[in-house]
Amino acid sequence: MHYQVDSWGYYMPARSMGSDPMERVAKLASESAVVIFSLSSCCMCHAVKRLFCGLGVNPTVYELDQDPRGKDMETALMRLLGNSQAVPVVFIGGKLIGAMDRVMASHINGTLVPLLKEAGALWL
Amino acid sequence: MNSPSTELTRRMAIYEQFHHISRWGDAFNGDTSPNTGTSTIVPADVSLKNKAEYISCEQVEPSISDQETNKPNDKIQRRLAQNREAARKSRLRKKAYVQQLESSRLKLAQLEQELERARQQGIYIIGASDTGCFGLPGTVNSGITAFEMEYTHWVEEQNRQICELRTALQAHVTDIELRILVESGLNHYCNLFRMKADAAKADVFYLISGIWRTSAERFFHWIGGFRPSEVLNVVVPQIEPLTDQQHLEVCNLRQSSQQAEDALSQGVDKLQQSLAEGVATDLCSGNYRAQMVDAIDKLEALENFVSQADHLRQQTLQQMVRILTTRQAARGFLAMGEYFHRLRALSSLWAARPRESA
Repeated sequence: MHYQVDSWGYYMPARSMGSDPMERVAKLASESAVVIFSLSSCCMCHAVKRLFCGLGVNPTVYELDQDPRGKDMETALMRLLGNSQAVPVVFIGGKLIGAMDRVMASHINGTLVPLLKEAGALWL
Repeated sequence: MNSPSTELTRRMAIYEQFHHISRWGDAFNGDTSPNTGTSTIVPADVSLKNKAEYISCEQVEPSISDQETNKPNDKIQRRLAQNREAARKSRLRKKAYVQQLESSRLKLAQLEQELERARQQGIYIIGASDTGCFGLPGTVNSGITAFEMEYTHWVEEQNRQICELRTALQAHVTDIELRILVESGLNHYCNLFRMKADAAKADVFYLISGIWRTSAERFFHWIGGFRPSEVLNVVVPQIEPLTDQQHLEVCNLRQSSQQAEDALSQGVDKLQQSLAEGVATDLCSGNYRAQMVDAIDKLEALENFVSQADHLRQQTLQQMVRILTTRQAARGFLAMGEYFHRLRALSSLWAARPRESA
């Protein structure tokens, strides 16, 4: 039998815990080599997706506006980045890389591609 | 009594008198038609009038003219002098008028330029709410005005630095001194990006339009400024020879800046598309309040793109300095500075080139 945790607190939820949005973010981030949290309406998110596709990487994208728990995750990411903008945010190999500026800086200084290779997202 | 010579003299006197009167008429109503003052051609029908006057004068004058032969001469001389004086005054008036016209023309051209600038700076005109936006002038965008002034100083300082670099490289100064110049160069660009960040908060469209740069520079304009990969293309041939390691790193830098530029360009394209779609919703209903609110949000995203583009420019320059030796980096900054200086000079030449009048 499956019960909801918010109605009757003393019942264990049947699904995985994941009620802490930050935990959920970390969990999702570790499940793929390259993970991008995004909003479908955000054009900067589109730019970061195009950047990775241009490198030949196939990132896993989570559109937070299409996720029922997206709002909470957005808030958690905002706190994590210390920024009013939650997205786009990129994780490689489960580790936080950062927002667009960090991604671009690491690409320009040559550290992004080795990270991608290390995470198994790029072979060459 | 009426000998040919006196008749001629009388005719001349009346001729002069007629002209003298017309001059006075001009002076009276302040008519400054430019054609007076130079040679005036007497129309043919006036001669009939002259004859009439001549006849009437003849009735009046004979007793006077017969008394002293000197008097007509004096009168003639006096009239001639007065005529000359009037003609001179007329010429002066004409000159003054023409000068006034010239300066007004210049002033008009200046005002038109100012107006164009002001329009592009975004002088917000406050007017009636429904009828649109044309009314009394509103607030001037001080953030943009401040940027314009600062940018003028920035260019002057840039030109000074270019000269300093050129002198230093030709004089073969020590690496330490070159290092200082390279750091100043890098710092100077960082200052520009900081200035632009403030200007973007005032009006991002001002930066996007490139109106703050010269026309040739504007031809290459990309998201509010220069394209990093383009600068690398200009600079790299000027700093050869490079070691193999440097060659590789420079290649990587060129490639990664190009890739980053492409990504940002695609983001801006998506923003344009999204904005156009948003604004164009329900065009036939004529009601656009909701669309405007949505559009404002989208436009704010544009500030983010300009910020990222400037960030990319800064990162590219910093990486370039990292890859290169001090001397190479100095040559690089000199090349870059000289390149933009030439584009600015080209813009001036282009604007000043002789054109055929329409």
